[in-house]
Amino acid sequence: MEPHLSKSIEQMSIRKRKDSKESKLVKVVLISIAILYLSLLLFVPLTAIFVKAFEQGVEVYLAAITESDALSAIRLTLLVAIIVVPLNTIFGVAAAWAVTKFHFKGKQILLSLLELPFAVSPVIAGLVFVLLFSPRGVLGPWLVDSGMKIIFSVPGIIIATIFVTVPFVARELIPVMQAQGTSEEEAAVSLGANGWQMFWRVTLPNIKWGLLYGMILCNARAIGEFGAVSVVSGRIRGMTNTMPLHVEILYNEYQFAASFAVASLMSIMAIITLIIKSMIEWKTNKQEGKGV
Amino acid sequence: MSIQIQKVSKAFGTFQALKNINLDIPDGKLVALLGPSGSGKTTLLRVIAGLETADEGAILFDGVDLTNAHVSNREVGFVFQHYALFKHMTVFENIAFGLKVRKKRDRPSASAIKEKVNELLQLVKLEGFAERYPSQLSGGQRQRVALARALAVEPRILLLDEPFGALDAKVRKELRRWLRKLHDEVHMTSVFVTHDQEEALDVADQIVVMNEGKIEQLGTPDEVYDHPASPFVYDFLGNVNLFRGRLNQGKLNVGSAQIEAPEHLDATNLEAVGYVRPHHLSIEKVQKSKDSIPAIVIFSHSVGPVVYIEMKLQDSEEYVEAEISKEEFSGLDLKKGDVVYVYPKKVKVFIPEDFVI
Repeated sequence: MEPHLSKSIEQMSIRKRKDSKESKLVKVVLISIAILYLSLLLFVPLTAIFVKAFEQGVEVYLAAITESDALSAIRLTLLVAIIVVPLNTIFGVAAAWAVTKFHFKGKQILLSLLELPFAVSPVIAGLVFVLLFSPRGVLGPWLVDSGMKIIFSVPGIIIATIFVTVPFVARELIPVMQAQGTSEEEAAVSLGANGWQMFWRVTLPNIKWGLLYGMILCNARAIGEFGAVSVVSGRIRGMTNTMPLHVEILYNEYQFAASFAVASLMSIMAIITLIIKSMIEWKTNKQEGKGV
Repeated sequence: MSIQIQKVSKAFGTFQALKNINLDIPDGKLVALLGPSGSGKTTLLRVIAGLETADEGAILFDGVDLTNAHVSNREVGFVFQHYALFKHMTVFENIAFGLKVRKKRDRPSASAIKEKVNELLQLVKLEGFAERYPSQLSGGQRQRVALARALAVEPRILLLDEPFGALDAKVRKELRRWLRKLHDEVHMTSVFVTHDQEEALDVADQIVVMNEGKIEQLGTPDEVYDHPASPFVYDFLGNVNLFRGRLNQGKLNVGSAQIEAPEHLDATNLEAVGYVRPHHLSIEKVQKSKDSIPAIVIFSHSVGPVVYIEMKLQDSEEYVEAEISKEEFSGLDLKKGDVVYVYPKKVKVFIPEDFVI
């Protein structure tokens, strides 16, 4: 029995070696394609942004990003993000909770609705809000009467950004919460915890990395959103211009260095986001590694 | 604390999990809810805990109606099947959780909590594990932490869902003996769910056998094992041999043999089945009585001190299994293909209604 057994193991390892030789080649080819593709489409353009931004020297660069319209665009962009991210975080947690911890009719519809902003073109989304809130829109007369201005002002930008970034938090949380099930929550409740205590002490610590990840993605999109915001903002310089819109305007006015300078700022934000995101992923992997 | 379950029904969509359950669980007893999967045992446990609400019926603790009380107000300790320990908390924090979430005026001081947790760690034999995380514990240790956590809030009733289901055989046996001992010390009314008949017979004071959302039988382990009320219970609580025959005035005719069935004196010419446990089947090499049934030895194998002999009845071609001691086996000197005579020392005859086994 023994020699036969060792022979079959030998055969197996020969086959394995052959397999691994083939898979090694496949591996190298695939990795090369990925690297080539990414450097052409991501790394080269990203470098170009910085090269262009500093083309006319540091002074022009600094002037471009400290100019009053640029500063107002930066302020507006940050304001939008500060309002949108918390709102969508609360909504995302509530939606993910509803979908994963309860059974109800229309759950599938809710899930599909959550994905809708990804499926709809942002420009269309912006147009919908124009149709709703502009003075000649459906709710227009009422808004005019009550003295509220939504389209071509900050509230419109915020609403459009909320629409576009709604799915991120919920989408990140639903799989996490589904995998965790409800037994820890049930245990907390059976030990006498109320709903609030259960959420803060049991649910939140379990979902915190997924939640943070969703918030970061939501934030990145809120800062970078162009299409929907472009339709509703009216592009009033120094008032309703966000950073992406400002970049485009500068570019259209042939102020390339200034345009790329603002773009480089956004790229830096994106890179920082990416670094935080990777750290979170690393952290979650570590946690899962030691997890139950 | 006693538990009264009155006319409880529960459905999940079209699936009827519990059908009009009536059950009294006396104070201080350790009760097993035993049944196959889908029998409703876990649902019943969760309804008692308040983790599910019954569609109909009432749940009373010591006569007080708690049907509409929230889980957090029922003062039950619930031990989950997969422990459901809080992953991000240490063992200490897990056990202290129930005390820490109390309202400020009911909450013990930090030092009192510490004392209580240490006391519980001692009780579950996990001193020195306070600072570990659940992921650093073995299955049996996690189970004991879950138990300590449930006991920390001094519940009136302890409910355990398949408490030993996810453990290996040896740990499971140790832990259930330990649970029995613990129960004898604290005397808290405890209900546990299991699909393992051996586990139920080993530790419970009372066994509730469930099937398809209904209670099949209720009794002590001996009652349930020795006097099964239905073919289902007979079959579920251990191996069983079936002898099919015709029942006539208290006698089951299997081939030319007659088996006494005194509980069916008034039956005339009915199809019936005699249920015989493998260890109630005696084997003889020569036919001593005309009521012995001839069979051919097919196969035998020994597990520790007992030998299982598989035989085929000569008349009906049905297979039966006997369980005898090793000494008896060597005395008989059985070989494959031998003709033997089996005699059921103890039989329970059921008249089939709508069941099929």
